[in-house]
Amino acid sequence: MARIGIVVFPGSNCDRDVHYILNKVLKIPADFVWHTDSKLSAYDSVIIPGGFTYGDRLRAGVIAAHTPVAIELKKMAKGGRTILGICNGFQILVECGLLPGALVMNNSRSFVCRWTTIRVDNNKTPFTSLLKRNQTFKIPIAHGEGRYVADGRLLKSVLKNNQVVFRYFNDDPNGSVDHIAAVCNEEGNVMGIMPHPERAPVNRSFDEASMIFRCLSTYLQPK
Amino acid sequence: MADLTKDESRYLAYKLNREPNKIEKEIVAAEWSEHCSYKSSKRFIKMLPSKGKHVIVGPGYDAAVLDVGDGYVITVHIQSHNHPSAVDPYGGAATGVGGVIRDIISTGTRPIALLDALRFAPLHEENNEDGSSTSEWLLRHVVRGIGDYGNCIGVPTVAGEIEFDPSFINYCLVDVASIGFGRRDSIVRNRANYDDLIILVGGPTGRDGIHGAAFASKTYLHHNRSAVQIPDPFLEKLLIEAITEAVEEGAIKALKDLGGGGLSCCLSEMSDSLGKGFDIELREVHVKEKGMSPLELMLSESQERMLIITDHLKIDNIRRIFDKYELKYVILGKIKDHHNLVIRCNEKIVANMPSTIVANAPLARRYSKRPAYLTTLRLDFTPPVTPSNLTGVLLSMLSNPTIASKDWIYRQYDHEVGLRTMLKPGEADASVLRLNNGKFISVKLDGNSKQCYIDPYHGTLGCLSEACRNVACTGAFPIGIIDHLQFGSPENPEVFWSFRKAVNAINNYCKFMKIPVVGGKVSFYNETSKGPIKPTPVIGAIGLIEEKRLITQSSLKDGNAIFIVGTTANEIGGSEYYEYVHHITGGNVAKVDMNIDRLNLRSILQLIDKNVVSCVHDCSKGGVAVAISEMAILGGVGFNVFIDKIPNSCSNIDSLLFSESHSRYVIGTKEPKTVEKILSGIEGLVFSRICDAYKEKVTFKMKSKILIDTDLPAITTNFKRLEQIMTR
Repeated sequence: MARIGIVVFPGSNCDRDVHYILNKVLKIPADFVWHTDSKLSAYDSVIIPGGFTYGDRLRAGVIAAHTPVAIELKKMAKGGRTILGICNGFQILVECGLLPGALVMNNSRSFVCRWTTIRVDNNKTPFTSLLKRNQTFKIPIAHGEGRYVADGRLLKSVLKNNQVVFRYFNDDPNGSVDHIAAVCNEEGNVMGIMPHPERAPVNRSFDEASMIFRCLSTYLQPK
Repeated sequence: MADLTKDESRYLAYKLNREPNKIEKEIVAAEWSEHCSYKSSKRFIKMLPSKGKHVIVGPGYDAAVLDVGDGYVITVHIQSHNHPSAVDPYGGAATGVGGVIRDIISTGTRPIALLDALRFAPLHEENNEDGSSTSEWLLRHVVRGIGDYGNCIGVPTVAGEIEFDPSFINYCLVDVASIGFGRRDSIVRNRANYDDLIILVGGPTGRDGIHGAAFASKTYLHHNRSAVQIPDPFLEKLLIEAITEAVEEGAIKALKDLGGGGLSCCLSEMSDSLGKGFDIELREVHVKEKGMSPLELMLSESQERMLIITDHLKIDNIRRIFDKYELKYVILGKIKDHHNLVIRCNEKIVANMPSTIVANAPLARRYSKRPAYLTTLRLDFTPPVTPSNLTGVLLSMLSNPTIASKDWIYRQYDHEVGLRTMLKPGEADASVLRLNNGKFISVKLDGNSKQCYIDPYHGTLGCLSEACRNVACTGAFPIGIIDHLQFGSPENPEVFWSFRKAVNAINNYCKFMKIPVVGGKVSFYNETSKGPIKPTPVIGAIGLIEEKRLITQSSLKDGNAIFIVGTTANEIGGSEYYEYVHHITGGNVAKVDMNIDRLNLRSILQLIDKNVVSCVHDCSKGGVAVAISEMAILGGVGFNVFIDKIPNSCSNIDSLLFSESHSRYVIGTKEPKTVEKILSGIEGLVFSRICDAYKEKVTFKMKSKILIDTDLPAITTNFKRLEQIMTR
């Protein structure tokens, strides 16, 4: 059976949450993988969880993006394996150059923790294949540097290649360009998302946000 | 410089049977400071009831441990960082969080939640020459300090409270509590044997925070920035993970946080409590800067450091784990077969004293005298005239930052990380956290400096009642109380009188309710240039929700019938109505009748157990008018209250609306008949159905006369006042 590795860096702090939701709630097998562990390459798919890797020093995600594991991640992405970065994981993927654009300080200039609504823009990725286009659902956010930015030319190519996966719907919490909440690479196998899909299933019998993990799990099943 | 009094110096020399050298004297002075030794308070707080069926480890230097069944425990601790926060609000508040988290780690449990209780001068207090407000600056940076630290280490800040009062001018109270969770069998037992290794792990030791404990044990008159420590949450996060891992591997025999007094206090307290001698080499300490003297090394309060005892069998586990997290650690010394604290620097002994002498300060004798201001307050008191525009009063009360929505604060805190937060801040009277065994705990902090000032005894009883009511509103039975007693100088007999009244109140309430006091702290010398702060005991209640019991929120649902439980009396002294609306200090402070308090609390839990209520809200600051409005704002629905129906002994309308009488609850239900039947069956219970929730109108009527006439959008807008102030 395909296995998901949850990469743990010093300062990751949603690793346990993702592990709990996948294994205990959604029954999708997933393991912790310490960032220096060479076993990572054996995984079919990787999730980089949220947190404050290396204390967000210099800039969120930048130090993790310069550790040896980044080279391994790039190899895996090139080989077509799926990588999902959540919150700080998104920041790391952007800093690695695996995703376009950058994530900067929220326009409110403070950390924000609350729920918002996002809309599916691209349902042709491994993370969204079971969702409908334009479908909206509620999802929690918690970030200080979550404003997605891309300059005019880059944004144009992101839009043209259908790389925007989710947008904030009527409620942009950080001032992202074009209300972008999640983007993927051109191939669609690497996605970064600012909101926390792993937090949605708590206290709710069913939630649409965890469909992101179900989509991934379905995609990973042998065809 | 830390000082010993003449008596203390004499006592020390007598106990040592010689004169101490300079370093020894300073080590002892740090440990004998009020902050570390509790020398003024110990004999009183020792009398508090601390035993109960859930209590595994009661009050002491580190966190308390409570049994929650199925082999699991929760740990709890509270501390303040008032002096540092008043000088450097960001760093002071952040290091306050760091300290309380390390107390939780010290038990071998993982921190799962943070709570904060904050106090500032009113935000409009324009107390600087340039017109800026110091309290606004303090609030902004305290919240950011707590947020940045808690968010970074991945521990959610789930509940708290805030009060604005002019007595905190140019000062602030920053109390932080933390909850830990773990397996009962992995609790660190704190044992040591001959030849075990003493390890210092974490941040390097620098010149920051030297004399911090002494700083906190003196009246705060001038800004002493060098006594404030520097926060590093990333390092703390690594400590949490590494120590949790080492505890799981059974590699830790004893551990302790380095807090106030640095190595001096940590080493002497640990050596004393283990009953073992320590032989320490200071040359080993990893430092931030060269040339630190032995004294500086002993007194530095550099943050994110812990002391660990392990043995030769497990040292390799420790090395592997700390290397994995790239944590710096050093073997500082060994356990010896004597009972002394021996400190060496480059092999030369610089201090050598029996640790029991160092760790046990002679208790201070403090005098107490009823404060003269209490008589003045009574003589000067004249009740205000009831305002004609009560609608305006209600709107102003809702916009009072002490009452208004705290959304601006908790939105900056990650309150959901960890996936345990079942009720988020603002949704209910207390925060509810999921445990691994199907149970939940409910936690809340409460304080009321205004009422404790006018009546320290009844004010403190009120805080206890309120904290217990708040957890009961979520469906939890209180299983433990923590207290943080914050006062001015204990050398002032009037301050000490109030302190003793507060301790008496806790003693009486907890004995009566049979709820143990599981932990606490005392913070004296909270004084500003205007004199002592108002007496401020902050009470934390920890409630347990057994499996399958329903968790109750406080938002009103459309069509709910609204009941009130409890009597409203002319108890409006120290109320937000008097203080915020009329600027009057004085009058009758609400008194707690403990029999009624217990009866009402049990009745509420009975209703929640039977699943017949949609929402429950405690009636406290702002009285019944504010309580119902808050429920309406949360639920997005209006109401029409007939105030004649509120059970009361009030002589005027403003009392009835805004009195802060205790033991009252407001309930919303879809099954009014069942609720009525259950409540009628409880002997001695006072309750009444006062209105229904519907549409958008918000009115309070007496007979046919409309007293308050407004609507949902108006009360909702006014309730957002704190955010409006802070983002303007």
